[in-house]
Amino acid sequence: MEEKGKLRREPITDTQLLMTITVCIFVGMYILAILIWGGGFKKPQMLFDMLNDNAYLIIISCGLTIVMITGSIDISVGGVTALVAMVGVMILNGNLTLFNGLIAALGLGEGARIAFALLMSLLIGLAFGLVQGYLIAHLEIQPFIITLAGMFFARGMITIISVDPQKGPQDLMDILQKRIEMAWLGSPNKKGVMIPARMEIGVVIALVIVVLVYLLLRRTKLGRSFYAVGGNRQSALMLGVNVRQSRFMAHLLCGLLSGIAGFVFMMHTGAGNATNATAAEMNAIASSIIGGTLLTGGVGNVIGTFFGVLTLSTIKSIVTTSGLRDPWWQSITTGAMLCFFILLQSVVLMRKNKRKK
Amino acid sequence: MKEDIVLTMRGICKVFPGVMALNGVDFTLRKGEIHALMGENGAGKSTLIKVLTGVYPKDAGEIRVDGVDEAITIRSPQEAQSYGISTVYQEISLCPNLTVAENMFIGRTRGGTVNWKAMEKRAGELLDSLGIPARPRQQLSNCSLAVQQMVAIARAVDTECKVLILDEPTSSLDDKEVEMLFRLMRDLKARGVGIIFVTHFLEQVYEVSDRITVLRNGELVGEYEVEKLPQVQLVAMMIGRELENLSVIRKENPAGAAKKEVRYEARQLSSTESRPFDFYIGKGEVNGFTGLLGSGRSESVRAIFGADPVTGGEVKMEGKKARITKPLDAMKNGIGYLPEDRKRDGIIADLSVRDNIILALQVLRGMGHPISRAKAEAFADEYIKALGIKTASTDTPIGSLSGGNQQKVILARWLLTHPKYLILDEPTRGIDVGTKTEIQKLVLKLAEEGMSVTFISSEIEEMLRTCSRLIVMRDRNIVGELTGDELTQSHVMHTIAGGGGDSE
Repeated sequence: MEEKGKLRREPITDTQLLMTITVCIFVGMYILAILIWGGGFKKPQMLFDMLNDNAYLIIISCGLTIVMITGSIDISVGGVTALVAMVGVMILNGNLTLFNGLIAALGLGEGARIAFALLMSLLIGLAFGLVQGYLIAHLEIQPFIITLAGMFFARGMITIISVDPQKGPQDLMDILQKRIEMAWLGSPNKKGVMIPARMEIGVVIALVIVVLVYLLLRRTKLGRSFYAVGGNRQSALMLGVNVRQSRFMAHLLCGLLSGIAGFVFMMHTGAGNATNATAAEMNAIASSIIGGTLLTGGVGNVIGTFFGVLTLSTIKSIVTTSGLRDPWWQSITTGAMLCFFILLQSVVLMRKNKRKK
Repeated sequence: MKEDIVLTMRGICKVFPGVMALNGVDFTLRKGEIHALMGENGAGKSTLIKVLTGVYPKDAGEIRVDGVDEAITIRSPQEAQSYGISTVYQEISLCPNLTVAENMFIGRTRGGTVNWKAMEKRAGELLDSLGIPARPRQQLSNCSLAVQQMVAIARAVDTECKVLILDEPTSSLDDKEVEMLFRLMRDLKARGVGIIFVTHFLEQVYEVSDRITVLRNGELVGEYEVEKLPQVQLVAMMIGRELENLSVIRKENPAGAAKKEVRYEARQLSSTESRPFDFYIGKGEVNGFTGLLGSGRSESVRAIFGADPVTGGEVKMEGKKARITKPLDAMKNGIGYLPEDRKRDGIIADLSVRDNIILALQVLRGMGHPISRAKAEAFADEYIKALGIKTASTDTPIGSLSGGNQQKVILARWLLTHPKYLILDEPTRGIDVGTKTEIQKLVLKLAEEGMSVTFISSEIEEMLRTCSRLIVMRDRNIVGELTGDELTQSHVMHTIAGGGGDSE
């Protein structure tokens, strides 16, 4: 029978297939970059720079991947990240009087500011996730609209808190911007002195989050329910999945992760600014899609997303390295690549699913 | 409760506002039997199933299951499951993006984590033992529809299942897949599972079931063993005519049975929804498709009009080859189609009566040639008068009209385009008797004027009154063509049921 022949083939899910494509393309592209442009790409530091610059984006994208797997969307993530970074910096530099009072009253040292900044990051992120998740999951309001409102709200809040750009105090920033040095991955600079590869703490946080979210999506009932809900919400309901809770949790997690991303962003830049993390939500969506997450839901993976962020960043590096320094070239190539990826995905999925008949 | 009985329902009543959906229905299911639940549209099949699965609360009666000493109340599908009653619906309620194993276990495991190895092992064992050709790690959407259906069944029987309800499981499967499903059903039967099989395919009922319960208009007609119930009697019971009373004489056929010049002809026409068939209609002829619900009568006329994507066949309009693959092609060839589902395919509820009337004509004229307001008004007035449409004004939204008047508006829409060939699918469903007769008269009058009309109705008498030729369908195939003296109730029923009364 026809069924038999099909059984021999090792089955692969859409999620696995799309993730594999992304990883292959990233690796291929990077090797190509080393071969053609050599120089910078040969140094491991190039890769670490990408990670350092994009740690916050990796975290945001993880959250967005979760939400997109459930078939939803969250475009407030960039705004929340920027808001959190602003609040964090202002707690650190003492421009938020509330926290100054609190710290004085509790008799804590300056170091406690970092703890408060982190706490506030988590709280703000959770608050956005909670409200948006409730409205989307329980009142069944369109996610796009709600999170668009969330985005405007967050961006507005930044300006209310401070119109002027804020800078973190040097002593505290020194703690936060400590780098992990890896001499064995070092490379010589122009004078021939070996410079060790440097990685920021934010990258470690981001990697831990990627692993945690991977485990969540793969190994827990909640994680699998995200896929079920994104695959077919009605069926998921009939199969006994708590659809509301799943959708709510997805948005809550996404909010929390944008909060953490905000803190990591602040660690990296040490500055609060109304234009921080501009279009981060769009880059995160692009990264998730390049990483094999379908906007229609039910298919996606954070490992793919992680490589999606790196792919996006590699494209930008290549554009810059090849001498097209004007910023629009990055946008144009990013757009073209996104288009290419989506076409590739639909062609691959179409071919795969044609075989079933 | 007797040893071998797994489920009894006694005197089940269910009332919806204004309708007695179930009136004192009894139903008994034995261990290890396949029990077909039969009935036409509105007979109460699905209501009974929904009462049994806890989707609707019952208003009266009692339900007992094997192993529980008292009568039970079922409030939700989950609760039904806890009593060992599982359902597999027509629309497969599984997630296509998940693997086969996940689909079998999601939503019913304990704890917060997923043990993939154990789950896939258990799924593999279950699939093997049931002989289902799927692998646990395969993505569900890569399985054929039949296998998906079987995975749903595997999920259902994995929970302590005594009663398995299969609601129209075969409607989207091909013959080979149906055979696969039947094998699984017989296997489960051998294991002692009681299966309730809801379907409208007669042949399938006779192939696989042991017993048949027939419902009509919310009442129990009876429970029979398959061998003791001839198909024709089953059809008669479903439609609600005793065989003895079937000899109602048909008046002389008004539309003239003689074959005149052929207006429309199709050879091996098929669409995504219908199997290939041959068909023709003469000038001034009224013919009709008849058959039970789901026999493919609507799908056939939809193929003629191109309402479903046409997949093959040759079409001639008045002897000339024509290409009709979409409704606009059909309209340009002078074909009009009044759809079965008026609300979905017919009216545009928020538009006025006038706009609904001129719609088809406007489409035919194209965007560049709008019908002037004055002309539209004149057209609307003309047909409102001609068909006696009861509406406050031409501006009234069609949605606020009664069913019969809405139907007349749709009829007016097509008459305005002066079609050569008009297809009417269930034009008299859900409208009052007076309007029904009016529409029948109108059909005959149009035919006299030379229009060809294909008429579909669930009421056989109505068909006999208007059509000079009946094409009979069963299980998606044309099984007979009746003309002249063969046009009697009993003949039609015999042909629908198969055997005995075939006209060929």
